Amino acid sequence: MGKTLSEKVWDEHVVRSAPGEPDLLYIDLHLLHEVTSPQAFDGLRLAGRTVRRPDLTLATEDHNVPTVDWDKPIADPVSRTQVETLRKNCADFGVRLHPLGDVEQGIVHVVGPQLGLTQPGMTIVCGDSHTSTHGAFGAIAFGIGTSEVEHVLATQTLTQARPKTMAVTINGSLPEGVTAKDMVLTLITHTGTGGGQGYIVEYRGQAIEELSMEGRMTVCNMSIEWGAKAGLIAPDQTTFDYIEGKPEAPKGADWDAAVAHWKTLRTDDDAVFDREIELDASTMTPFVTWGTNPGQGAPLGATIPSPDDFDEPNDKVATEKALHYMGLEAGTPLREVKVDTVFVGSCTNGRIEDLRLAASILEGRHVADDTRLLVVPGSVRVRLQAEAEGLDKVFLAAGAEWRGAGCSMCLGMNPDQLAPGERSASTSNRNFEGRQGKGGRTHLVSVPVAAATAVRGTLSSPADLAALA
Amino acid sequence: MDKFTTHTGVGVPLKRSNVDTDQIIPAVYLKRVTRTGFEDGLFAAWRNDPDFVLNDPTYASGSVLVAGPDFGTGSSREHAVWALQNYGFRAVISSRFADIFRGNSGKAGLVAAQVDEKVVQRLWDWLEDNPGGEVTVDLESRTVRAGAGEDAVEDSFDIDDYTRWRLLEGLDDIGITLGHDADITDFEASRPSWKPVTA
Ligand code: SF4
Repeated sequence: MGKTLSEKVWDEHVVRSAPGEPDLLYIDLHLLHEVTSPQAFDGLRLAGRTVRRPDLTLATEDHNVPTVDWDKPIADPVSRTQVETLRKNCADFGVRLHPLGDVEQGIVHVVGPQLGLTQPGMTIVCGDSHTSTHGAFGAIAFGIGTSEVEHVLATQTLTQARPKTMAVTINGSLPEGVTAKDMVLTLITHTGTGGGQGYIVEYRGQAIEELSMEGRMTVCNMSIEWGAKAGLIAPDQTTFDYIEGKPEAPKGADWDAAVAHWKTLRTDDDAVFDREIELDASTMTPFVTWGTNPGQGAPLGATIPSPDDFDEPNDKVATEKALHYMGLEAGTPLREVKVDTVFVGSCTNGRIEDLRLAASILEGRHVADDTRLLVVPGSVRVRLQAEAEGLDKVFLAAGAEWRGAGCSMCLGMNPDQLAPGERSASTSNRNFEGRQGKGGRTHLVSVPVAAATAVRGTLSSPADLAALA
Repeated sequence: MDKFTTHTGVGVPLKRSNVDTDQIIPAVYLKRVTRTGFEDGLFAAWRNDPDFVLNDPTYASGSVLVAGPDFGTGSSREHAVWALQNYGFRAVISSRFADIFRGNSGKAGLVAAQVDEKVVQRLWDWLEDNPGGEVTVDLESRTVRAGAGEDAVEDSFDIDDYTRWRLLEGLDDIGITLGHDADITDFEASRPSWKPVTA
């Protein structure tokens, strides 16, 4: 029997396996940031251990940094200490760091791919659950906790039980104006937040093949939101074209050797998945969330559901609690929900393609009164590219705020936060209670929906906008 | 890490599904660079509600959390495990845990006991009849127990063999792996030269 893509990549990284024990897996790339690493470095110091492979380790500052005044010392002393601790740890242990102000700084999952460090067939980990993003390149990539960060620093390996395999096949083509984000939000509402638990998922099918690398990253990014261990996509010409020429991509004969190997990274025809799901992309529409987990979503054209619409008692209670927290009435059309703040950014939708798409909708239009639009590039490189293309001017002319790179309003940690009761339409990945700031209410949306919502002030898609003269 | 064999303590019913790690500890509390002191962030938003279970003095010394399905979803923050431990919890019982949370628990010494959904309901019912009652999580026999006689609850729980063994022995995972140093070195010698490096 053949093997699936994830089984091939997994098997290539098994250092040791023994009956009744998890596999010992070699890690090709370990990404670090300021929030989940300090206790791991402390652990190394206490035990008198070193970083085994600083040359397979990269750190950046993203979660806890401001997106304004990035050339000044961080105002919040506790945040400053955390960032300075990362700098000291990287200096002490010889780890390459891209700090605030550096041209390669940015969200860890935007930085890896744009440097060309994220490549097919790798194992990639980071103390961040959205490490699944890197699976877009055909890598096994997943988030780990701080104890595991310490384990990888010390040994460049992890003990991991072999997950089950799942195929999510998305047939057909996405209709015009429907994006990878709508696709993954539709999938999560279909499966529920625990549907992927215990699985490495391979996304395949025509609609996946037709996605750009940015779109594939958006889909893989949200694997964790339906509980999957990791999500990955077989590398193809789109993947190779994206990587070629990136700073850390293989060159010359190495490139040829690498591509020859990457081409073998496909699920064999006779391989069997433990579970399979099929969806049809051609019926998908702009999709938004109304609740407090990413599985509580609906097409933009729908109305807010009622607890009575669900059969499972847990779902009924969860819906009731979510509507109460979100301040929403069952039966209200989603298009009538008024939004205070729109956030375009994060490791889900903060790449250059996302900003181009947002700008194409905002050009010649203006953000609604009483609505605020925050546009935050995922990395400094993305910011510079956007500025070179004049996108920043489009955003500013539309009345948006144009910020520096970082996680920003994706999580309520740095200064960019919602006020209690404030409602956002956000291109990020989590709508948990308080995720974007205590008491904040989040609707997850695609980039086009975010841009159109900013213009109309209520949840909208570009189709709802008046044509430009 | 301390050994864990069995623990008996006040059971706390948390009647919610999908308790994500942003609820267990919001991001603003993640700025510390230590492993301690996170108890103030535990369920921070919900603790503003006077009716929240942890604000009930009955559960002041709670150490076994009995929660709805999909506990610990979302972020990889191990701070969620530390916050529970710093507060005094030794075990969490749920019918389904998010993978990363369960992994983090095993590393940090918190027992994540996975039971059938019906067992959670029975424990909730039992705790409603016996507020402040004690629940036992016995790792050796993989059972959860509460009460005695007619209305007693006793059932088995799932935890993977390897994690159970490490917790019972109080073993440090890194130490175990370093024992396989020669295997790692051999593996490294066979890695293709075109694999990327950061240095
Ligand atoms: S952008 Fe959001 S989801 Fe992505 S790494 Fe940052 S905080 Fe995590």
